[in-house]
Amino acid sequence: MRIGVVTFPGSLDDGDAARAARIAGADVVRLWHGDPDLHGVDAVVLPGGFSYGDALRCGAIARFAPVMETIIDAARGGLPVLGICNGFQILCEAHLLPGALTRNQHLHFRNRDQFLRVESTGTAWTNSFTAGQEILIPVKNGEGCYVADERTLDQLEAEGRVVARYIRGNPNGSQRDIAAITNEAGNVVGIMPHPEHAVEALTGPSLDGLGFFTSVLRALAGASAGANAGGHQS
Amino acid sequence: MTTQPDTATSGAVAPSAGPNQSPSAGKQTGFAATDVLVNEFDGGPDTVQRALSTPEELQPHTELGLKDDEYDRIRQILGRRPTASELAMYSIMWSEHCSYKSSKVHLRQFGEKTPQGTRMLAGIGENAGVVQISDEVAVAFKVESHNHPSFVEPYQGAATGVGGIVRDILAMGARPIAVMDPLRFGAADHPDTARVLPGIVAGIGGYGNCLGLPNIGGEIVFDPTYQGNPLVNALSIGVLPVERLQHKEAAGVGNIVVLLGARTGRDGIGGVSVLASATFDEGAEQRRPSVQVGDPFMEKLLIESCLELYDAGLVAGIQDLGGAGLTCALTETAAAAGAGMRVWLERVPLREASMSPTEILASESQERMLLIVTPENLEAVLGVAEKWGVWATAIGEVTPAGEDGSPGRLLITWNDHVVVDVPPGSLADDGPVYARPIREPADLILIQADKAETLPRPATGDELRATVLRMIASPNLCDKSWVTEQYDRYVLGNTVLAQPEDSGVLRIDERSGAGVALSVDGNGRMARLDPYEGSRFALAEAYRNVAVTGADPIAVTNCLNFGSPEDPAVMWQFAEAVRALADGCLELGTPMTGGNVSFYNQTGAAAIHPTPVVGVLGVFDDVARRIPMGFPAVTGEGDRLFLLGDTEVELSGSEWAWVTHGHLGGRPPKVDLGHEQRLAQMMARASHAGHVSAAHDLSDGGLSQVLVESCLRRNVGAKVALPDDGKSAFVHLFSESTGRVLIAVPRGHDKAFVALAAEYGITCTPLGSTTAEPVLEVRDQFSLPLDEAREAFEGTLPRLFGGAAELANRHGDPEHAADPTAPASPDRGNQVLIAAAAGAAMESAAPIEADGIPAASVAEVKEPVPDEDA
Repeated sequence: MRIGVVTFPGSLDDGDAARAARIAGADVVRLWHGDPDLHGVDAVVLPGGFSYGDALRCGAIARFAPVMETIIDAARGGLPVLGICNGFQILCEAHLLPGALTRNQHLHFRNRDQFLRVESTGTAWTNSFTAGQEILIPVKNGEGCYVADERTLDQLEAEGRVVARYIRGNPNGSQRDIAAITNEAGNVVGIMPHPEHAVEALTGPSLDGLGFFTSVLRALAGASAGANAGGHQS
Repeated sequence: MTTQPDTATSGAVAPSAGPNQSPSAGKQTGFAATDVLVNEFDGGPDTVQRALSTPEELQPHTELGLKDDEYDRIRQILGRRPTASELAMYSIMWSEHCSYKSSKVHLRQFGEKTPQGTRMLAGIGENAGVVQISDEVAVAFKVESHNHPSFVEPYQGAATGVGGIVRDILAMGARPIAVMDPLRFGAADHPDTARVLPGIVAGIGGYGNCLGLPNIGGEIVFDPTYQGNPLVNALSIGVLPVERLQHKEAAGVGNIVVLLGARTGRDGIGGVSVLASATFDEGAEQRRPSVQVGDPFMEKLLIESCLELYDAGLVAGIQDLGGAGLTCALTETAAAAGAGMRVWLERVPLREASMSPTEILASESQERMLLIVTPENLEAVLGVAEKWGVWATAIGEVTPAGEDGSPGRLLITWNDHVVVDVPPGSLADDGPVYARPIREPADLILIQADKAETLPRPATGDELRATVLRMIASPNLCDKSWVTEQYDRYVLGNTVLAQPEDSGVLRIDERSGAGVALSVDGNGRMARLDPYEGSRFALAEAYRNVAVTGADPIAVTNCLNFGSPEDPAVMWQFAEAVRALADGCLELGTPMTGGNVSFYNQTGAAAIHPTPVVGVLGVFDDVARRIPMGFPAVTGEGDRLFLLGDTEVELSGSEWAWVTHGHLGGRPPKVDLGHEQRLAQMMARASHAGHVSAAHDLSDGGLSQVLVESCLRRNVGAKVALPDDGKSAFVHLFSESTGRVLIAVPRGHDKAFVALAAEYGITCTPLGSTTAEPVLEVRDQFSLPLDEAREAFEGTLPRLFGGAAELANRHGDPEHAADPTAPASPDRGNQVLIAAAAGAAMESAAPIEADGIPAASVAEVKEPVPDEDA
């Protein structure tokens, strides 16, 4: 399985996302913001960082990068896409996910090891977890406060699209403690904390982040098995 | 006459072009003379020709900080009066800031005394020290100060401090991989601290986080001595393949000089340079704030483009532009090669078209590098810059030395006017050198006689318990998460240990696990009591902090923060500190790889405590064997606890004396570097053998502090019994004797560990063991539940700087959430307080003229230590 990791100017955690995908067992393809070709990848990670220096708004310019035009179309067609931190912001700017990430309520950048509860295991990126599982992964952002109007929030809750919530403290003031959400189809997930920083005992607070990457491999394996069974060429 | 290279300009073409940069691709970036109004003297640039024809014209050399004899020497070197641009360049390069004229005579000891070793690839005089750690890999590291700008404008001052040191690392050919920040502020509860601290922390975080560099350690120290003179030191470390080491020499006649990175603006003119103190014109309204403004996004692009250029072998020489801007970069690269240089100044891409040649040469705009490239590589270089969306402009070329063997000349024109024609070495290397008078401070003998060992002490268990709680809540010993949570410590995925651990530990090679450990330490109070012993104290502590992780300490760097060199007492402290560090490196057998001097950290006649900050680098063959500071979770029997080293009655200069008595007097604890070295060797052995599950260096606050910290790290309790050796429980808990480490040893390893300590001749005292129950119990004295300790430890900074209510909520303590002393909306509330405090503080705490040096120019010396043979 080939996972593409996009590098925008100002991407910072792109190498870490690539390492995490590799540790999970994927072949990693580095994608360049200026190249619209996805090089046949089966899934895409939009990594953390400050694409284009967070000019205008976080993610506002990255959303118009040539590679994003292809990714937006492919995501609407079912391509699994995980946006981490700045990637989550880009997915919101691209309207692949509802709502927005705003300045942390306390106005500081905050980096801490954060407990989350996995609320939805129905997505391409969380099927390896059990519902209600508590995981520990680092959070680090300055603009990670998730906001949406009440109707959107109610809809996310009702449709089981809140993927993970902060527990034992909300690090940024996100509404309803939301840490991660998904789209209606469950192939696009945006998450503020950083699963790619919790994949090795040596460097992370846990190995819990690995589950996001093994999940997509499992989803892809299932999809390709299904496709083969249906007689289609993948 | 040389041939003019084709003007080549690469505009940024990111899809992008964020508002940070939107140059029009391919457009000629120079500007015509007719576009420009030049106010220097009477309407035109002051040229060499004009200087020859008006030899007696009065020049503002005094206003620029040059003494009469220095000015006379410039005239002598040039055989005429300097042009306005030349005068500015000499004033910059001969300033304390760049020339090290007061410190040079002392810093020579680092080259003369300290061992150079076989590992050191670049040392003093280079942009950063470079040390080889394996056959293929080297690391570059250096620490630098950005003190004065950070006081004037905390956010940008601190941010550009990070940016500057990162470019130093980059200039050596290394990929920067981490930063650390030793910070010192005035009293924690002083209003001006509430002004500068949040801004400095946010600036360091804002720049470093955006660059994608983990912040892995540092210091946060509060002391009234730094009121009005906060110290913002920044360390960066980078890694490079040995063969990628870069040089600053502008070698190769005919090679092209390329300016890469941000466009040049008026920002930073007169920041740390003496130019600030004098103006050429009446156009004060043109002046921008003198602190540089950072753009970390541009720096990130600059890093990526430089690394791509190095890997493609496209760079013949490189130098970063920091303080003193183009002036420094052009003269140092040319002087280092003994070559000449021809520069067309109008080609420099500008933010403001009306800048004069002098302003262009003096600008300290950030995020710029000067490259020397061969003509055939120019196209490729511009291509890489274009890929990353960074400006790259050919502004000149390398010219030959004189036919008689004399060094080449630096010839700078601006729209066909020759504004500079000088021997570059006269600027870079031949600055004045002063052996300033030194004299021991008159009050020192009295201070040393006033020992802390005679102060009243707590005696009963209850008193000791109360003292422990008071100490761990004191600003210097309390939890620093309020600060460090604003830094990204995870990015790049190689951070093995970060603050609050004793050292930052980074993995460098993912396959072998090879890595490094780094610690920076200083102790201004100890240095005030005795600058020689206090400097050794800092060296010993940094060395020990690296050693306790199991790393092998191999190299040292420094950042020397002092008051005015014109004060003989300060100069004596400086001389003692340098002597101590040079002697110390000699004794430890480790090279001093570089350093930085920051003078004039003083307000009025009151200098800061002498504050030498020492950085020590250690290496790991495999970081998997690193030893953390926190006791591991207890399953079954706890780990055995031992104290390595000897505890003496040494309380002078201690945190206890300061916190409980506001006392500073006596002499610092003794330092035995031989013992420190044996301790380091022993810790490395213990780490290899897996004998140690946790180790924590004893320093500020003594044993009490490390017990609490090691317990709180993973919420693991401990039962200890203090040695019954005639010294009181108080001395055991709060003495700050050096050379000591608290050690946790897994069951089954204790015999081997004790034998190992004996082999190295290190006292190893059993203290007790760790416990699952979250309580710190000191037998016969007191019992302290960790929840209570945590509340004291974690509450202090949020109470001072905002966030107390949130912390209370995390702890599920609604009573504290409603604490009337904590603003209801803590951070917003605090912003208002800070803003209000700032106004008042700026008036009361702004630096006053110090010994005739205008506050604006109180020079921050932040250039590489010059060659000792210069």
